[in-house]
Amino acid sequence: MNVPGPMTALRARVREALGKAPVRRNFRAAMDGIRAKRADALPDATDFAQRRARTAAIRARALARLPELLERLEQRLEANGIRVHWAEDAAQANAIVLDLLRQAGARSVIKGKSMVSEEIGLNDVLGEAGIAVVESDLGEYIVQLAGEPPSHIVAPAIHKNRHEVATLFQAHHPQREATEDIEGLTAEARQVLRARFAQADAGISGVNFLVAETGTLVLVENEGNGRLSTSAPPLHIAITGIEKVIERLDELPPLLDLLTRSATGQPITTYVNFISGPRRADELDGPREVHLVLLDNGRARIHADPLFADTLRCIRCGACINHCPVYVQVGGHAYGSVYPGPIGALLEPQRLGLEAGGSLTSACTLCGACGDVCPVAIPLPGLINQLRAEGVEPRTDSPLPDAGRLRHRGEALLWRLWAAIYAHPRRYRWLARLLTALRRLAPRRLGAWTRWREAPRPAARDLHRLAREAGFSDE
Amino acid sequence: MNEARNHILKRLRTVQREAPDTNALPAIAGADAETLITRFRTALEAVRGEVHRLRDGDWMGWLARELPARGVSNLLAGTGKIGHTLQTHPIPGVTLHRYDRPVEDWKDALFEHIDAGITGCRGAIAATGSLILWPGPEEPRLLSLVPPLHIVLLDAANLHADLATAIRAQGWTQGLPTNALLITGPSKTADIEQTLTWGIHGPRELVVLVLG
Repeated sequence: MNVPGPMTALRARVREALGKAPVRRNFRAAMDGIRAKRADALPDATDFAQRRARTAAIRARALARLPELLERLEQRLEANGIRVHWAEDAAQANAIVLDLLRQAGARSVIKGKSMVSEEIGLNDVLGEAGIAVVESDLGEYIVQLAGEPPSHIVAPAIHKNRHEVATLFQAHHPQREATEDIEGLTAEARQVLRARFAQADAGISGVNFLVAETGTLVLVENEGNGRLSTSAPPLHIAITGIEKVIERLDELPPLLDLLTRSATGQPITTYVNFISGPRRADELDGPREVHLVLLDNGRARIHADPLFADTLRCIRCGACINHCPVYVQVGGHAYGSVYPGPIGALLEPQRLGLEAGGSLTSACTLCGACGDVCPVAIPLPGLINQLRAEGVEPRTDSPLPDAGRLRHRGEALLWRLWAAIYAHPRRYRWLARLLTALRRLAPRRLGAWTRWREAPRPAARDLHRLAREAGFSDE
Repeated sequence: MNEARNHILKRLRTVQREAPDTNALPAIAGADAETLITRFRTALEAVRGEVHRLRDGDWMGWLARELPARGVSNLLAGTGKIGHTLQTHPIPGVTLHRYDRPVEDWKDALFEHIDAGITGCRGAIAATGSLILWPGPEEPRLLSLVPPLHIVLLDAANLHADLATAIRAQGWTQGLPTNALLITGPSKTADIEQTLTWGIHGPRELVVLVLG
């Protein structure tokens, strides 16, 4: 059997997504709303430019000193009583988490939102090991019930409307009265999940920022599920990427400010949770053990690449996704990757290699909207374009996995031919005359181009000739 | 997994990059206490927080009036001064519970039977309407999280213009507690159709009594 290549598979997913009118309506409505909220929260372009110059510098500075900051972070966390674990890849990270849960005899886990746990496929690993995992962020809970991956890094169930959520809830909570009302559905989730928080043996969460100076995990959220997951069970395991560290606590306020304004248009989220240690002997609640798993999974390789290291500045606000004209049409699932949208098109090919992930760079019109709104000024469109180039014409020392592997001989030959003609005026004029003369032979069908458009037909007289006739000189 | 640690750090050390300077934050113009209170109230009310300005000793009277009216019959307090005052001045119709034993001994009761929790706070942030809580032995973490109504006593003198100012003024870098919190309004979500809904996992209502 022929396994379709990544590009063919992407095209198939896009076609499928474009055929789902109700889902597309959900995305359109959600993205329009979230863009308006961000615009209200950051109304002044000059002010935004000044603010993000600072946040970009803070992140760039942290990345430039990453190994030193990670060591200081580890030392401070350990001094605070938080155990630090390092994982080179998904398998190691999953093994560490599973091991910690087994040592604690944990049978049930309540989870706060974590994209890194999606990246390593943690829920499946724990499920296979017989540990019951319940997602507690409302959006994550909905997609978990649906057996789907998140379609957005901030709003995981954004592709579903209230009727679909109601159907899911009826199937999974048959003892509860059916409702299609959003407040009713939210209240239902509150009731169902409350017992889970009270009974869970362990909580697993992501992290938004790691502060090296104080040895602190900072978590940002609106629901309170993150606080519950990290303070109700006796064991808390946090998992995050090695790039999340910042040096000092006073660098946090500007980052927090732009993170929440960019993500949801809020000046601040309901809760900002600073965790600097497990429960002390005289405290009456909080986890007795806190562990942090630091995941590499390709990040150190990206860090070493001078062209693409800025990728790691990302603070996962999702603004690039919300403003992407491709994402709003096809939605998150069409990308087939953990991280969708522009940040996905930039990060995933580097993480997975260009062979497996390079096709994602084609899900981009290079319109530049993502780069305009990025709160840490990652030059997303430029980098995505560079990634395309790395697929076909890589730098000689390109550290990217599968660099140059997307090169097609026919395509390369065509471009060489084009360059050979267009770089020489005489050849160009000769070709223009030839094509004009043969214009009746121009093909009516040009593959993908003519699926939605008319084929272009050369005019009887080309522009040069018209211009000359109108009295313009050739120069 | 020391091997993983060394591998990762070694990979990160393959490059030397110049670290850009991060310029200092511009100073926020000082504001008088009343301006800060107004800003705080406006920001917090925008996210459905309830703010009441009271004279110093009036909070007990406010609770005695409001709690029965709001159907609160089980109130949870910590073991500090607030809990002590409430214990010595019982509110008719309201049973006072003290958070005075490890959560493991009464987790189910805490999650199911408490209507409201009352805490103090270390101060607040005017710009965003945020309360600063440092939970600890006297006021544990879940006291401000699990009960559906959270009442906070805020000393008007402890308002700061913004987070950066509060971090400096309160000396956060000299030592943070195991858990520190910024709380800005009741729990909320917009995960279904981007529609804002209140009280998903944390408190449904947040009431701040500004004293002094």
